Amino acid sequence: MEEKEVLVEVKDLKKYFKVGRKSILKAVDGLNFNIYKGETLGLVGESGCGKTTCGRTVLGMYPASGGEVIYRGINISKGSEKDKRDFTRKAQIIFQDPYASLDPRMTVGDIIGEGIDIHSIYQGQERTNRIFELLELVGLNKEHASRFPHEFSGGQRQRIGIARALAIEPEFIVCDEPISALDVSIQAQVVNLLIDLQRRLGLTYLFIAHDLSMVKHISDRVGVMYLGKMVELTTSAKLYEKPLHPYTQALLSAIPIPDPEIERQRKRIMLEGEVPSPINPHPGCRFAPRCKYAMPECSTTDPEFKEVEPEHFVACHLFNNK
Amino acid sequence: MVSLNKDKFKIIGYDEKELESISRPNIGYWQDAWRRLKKNKVAMISLIILIIVIIMCFIGPALSHYDFTAQDYDFLDKTPSFAHLFGTDNLGRDLFVRTWKGGRVSLYIGFVGTLVELIVGCLYGGIAGYFGGKVDMLMMRVIEVIASVPYLLVVILLLLVLPKGVNTLIIALCITGWVGIARLIRGQVMQIKSLDYVLAAKALGAKPMRIILKHELPNTIGLILVYMSMDIPAFIFDEAFLSFLGLGVQPPATSWGALIFTGQGVMTNHPHELIIPTVILAITMLAFNLLGDGLRDALDPKLRQ
Amino acid sequence: MGKLLEVKNLRVSYHTYAGEVQSVRGVDFSLNKGEALAIVGESGCGKTVTAKSLMKLIQTPPGEIKEGSAIYFDGKDVLKMKSDELMELRGSEISMIFQDPMTSLNPTMKVGNQIGESLMIHRGMSKNEAFAEAVKMLELVNIPNADKRANQYPHEFSGGMRQRAMIAIALACNPQILIADEPTTALDVTIQAQIMELIKDLQVKLGTAVILITHDLGIVASVADKVQVMYAGKIVEKGSRDDIFYSAEHPYTWALLKSVPRLDTKHKDLLYSIKGTPPDLVFPPVGCPFAARCEYAMPICKEEMPEVTTISEHHQVSCWLKHEYAPKIVKPEGIGGAV
Repeated sequence: MEEKEVLVEVKDLKKYFKVGRKSILKAVDGLNFNIYKGETLGLVGESGCGKTTCGRTVLGMYPASGGEVIYRGINISKGSEKDKRDFTRKAQIIFQDPYASLDPRMTVGDIIGEGIDIHSIYQGQERTNRIFELLELVGLNKEHASRFPHEFSGGQRQRIGIARALAIEPEFIVCDEPISALDVSIQAQVVNLLIDLQRRLGLTYLFIAHDLSMVKHISDRVGVMYLGKMVELTTSAKLYEKPLHPYTQALLSAIPIPDPEIERQRKRIMLEGEVPSPINPHPGCRFAPRCKYAMPECSTTDPEFKEVEPEHFVACHLFNNK
Repeated sequence: MVSLNKDKFKIIGYDEKELESISRPNIGYWQDAWRRLKKNKVAMISLIILIIVIIMCFIGPALSHYDFTAQDYDFLDKTPSFAHLFGTDNLGRDLFVRTWKGGRVSLYIGFVGTLVELIVGCLYGGIAGYFGGKVDMLMMRVIEVIASVPYLLVVILLLLVLPKGVNTLIIALCITGWVGIARLIRGQVMQIKSLDYVLAAKALGAKPMRIILKHELPNTIGLILVYMSMDIPAFIFDEAFLSFLGLGVQPPATSWGALIFTGQGVMTNHPHELIIPTVILAITMLAFNLLGDGLRDALDPKLRQ
Repeated sequence: MGKLLEVKNLRVSYHTYAGEVQSVRGVDFSLNKGEALAIVGESGCGKTVTAKSLMKLIQTPPGEIKEGSAIYFDGKDVLKMKSDELMELRGSEISMIFQDPMTSLNPTMKVGNQIGESLMIHRGMSKNEAFAEAVKMLELVNIPNADKRANQYPHEFSGGMRQRAMIAIALACNPQILIADEPTTALDVTIQAQIMELIKDLQVKLGTAVILITHDLGIVASVADKVQVMYAGKIVEKGSRDDIFYSAEHPYTWALLKSVPRLDTKHKDLLYSIKGTPPDLVFPPVGCPFAARCEYAMPICKEEMPEVTTISEHHQVSCWLKHEYAPKIVKPEGIGGAV
């Protein structure tokens, strides 16, 4: 294994929200993982699992309720204002909703140029050139700079959002469900663009999505989240070949495959019930109520998130004594 | 059946450049809003009526050779005629001139009052909405206290204490009126604050001032315009009402409300002195309201087809 | 077996500020009793408009179902029905479930009553009878504690349960056709699997024909008997499920099949993607709508609409590549044999 440089370290990250007077929504409850330079780390899970909150907390958009985020050795969570500002230039985000992520009153050129303006990187003609360069980088035309967001399709708007994020030359980009709102063939366009940009510019991605097939395709490693906890983390190949956590197994089994023969022959693992609420969660493993392998200790103690095989982390009592 | 030429069956694929071009004309937000407004006949008629009224208020008095205070005892309470287009009042003053002079006062109160309210309300609501939390809570409690005081009481008390006049009237009306727009702006600011494009700006490192000026404000202007078009007639009416109570503009200066007040006194014998200013006031207010409705529809992004 | 539903030359337009948007431009298809038809396509292709037309749910204005369109349900033309006949049809013979369960249920009415509503309208049941039947429907859609749940309001249900409630409402009068418009797009994948299993199950139990509108080819593979692919208001290909997945003939279908990453595709390969975006339907292209984005486009494609070629009993495609003058091309890998 070549020596991999750690770009982002997430240590025991917690993000809680107060709901009403007594309830606490534990959106993210103790995450531990690293992101290596140049890789794409995928983060999957269903609604309420906390993956979006995780992405935004890592970026510092939400102040963490506990734990820390360390970027290139500098503790961002407890850092100075200057550290936080430097981090802003290195770490950017792409949003899910192409219709809400662009200010409808600004031209595309100004939207892309906002980062340049805030940090005063270029002025005048240089700024214009840079904006044109970014537009072409994402597959759009120079003429589009004077147009408004409503004139573009969803896929094109996502590309504008990508251009905006790239304008200040970040190293690390959090992709927060960037393709969920797009049509299938457009999803492929955007994903291809992201893969291409990663190769050209040496970017590192945290790719958050609920479509496991797409995440597996673009990610080097994948983390599976459930109700604020990470239940499994490994390379995307291993996740598919040998999912260890019962939730991961159920998730993989639920994904429909566009091939009638395979669909006919599949044996589905059907999960009973619904995803419970992350407000005031019960002690013990969060997945226990729906898990068919549940044991008594699952309802009382939180399983430890540990490396049970090389590069393969799981949080499950089934692997306690192996 | 079209005859098919074999040449037309060679594979040529697609043109990449053409793919990303946009066929519809470049149309900005305001142009699009204006276009939608133009289609709304009612709103356009209202706009034209308002423009006519405003022009008349400016040039009306100049059109007539009568001075608005000139009293002509030979022509008391005359009904409309060629000499006096709107007739005369009980002191022989030409009502045409007085109506438009009065209109200036009413419109002045309407526009200036609205503007003052707007500035105070926007600042207050903007700050409360943007910063949220304890700041917002405190500011909203203050508003609730102010809003719970019966505004008429405040206005009347102020007018009894301060020297009567147009500016006092404006102050009195604004003192409790700004609360409405403050709440509206606060709500809008809070809503925009949570939209992705504001988050994106924050992620890029934008400071609060930049977000408020470049993102929040332009997206609230539509709302502000609509509110203004509803607020101006409200001011005009309030002034008319207060003048009706005798608390408004004092003679010889006049306003539509004052005219209605005096007209009401001689209503049975000389109805034209009441009817004319009332009709003009009513038409103006209606026009503002209808224009406001039209503006709201034209500016609402959700109604775009 | 007589056809349950037959659609002929359906054309629907919307009149907007920018002009007339021709959403559906001549669509023909049919449906037999108990069959599952999937209408596949991306946003703007006209699939939802087609589905809504089946019950004449298009708001006119701004919509307009053009002269010459015909929709025969059990032999009668829906488009020529009077309003009382239409009301009889809707909910009782044909029902529809929508994408967003949050906004499709009335937040101020108990779920049991919402299910019972169509029973009261179409079967003349009393409120209590309808409510009892509603509880049975909730059991049918696998909602535990059905009697308690029937007394609850929509906000007390989760997303998946609401979708089940919608299905219960739609199936209360045992309609012959259930139209499901993107029923699982807004749901989590494990819930999606549950709902699709339920629909399949009910289709067998009740013998309902299903028209499934979706862009997710995975769901199509597990549920559909017949598939039709729509693009820019036209059907470009239709056939049985196996025809489409294993012997597709239209370049757009190939593109769709190839754009979807599967759990078994090679990692970080560039996905096959179609460049560009669908055409603006205010100015629909004269020839084949897909020509501007098709890598096999020929000059004829831009000038003339392709003829419909019948490949097998159920399989038809609308593409100039099938013409005798067209060069023979090799189908992309993984789709099936060569042309």
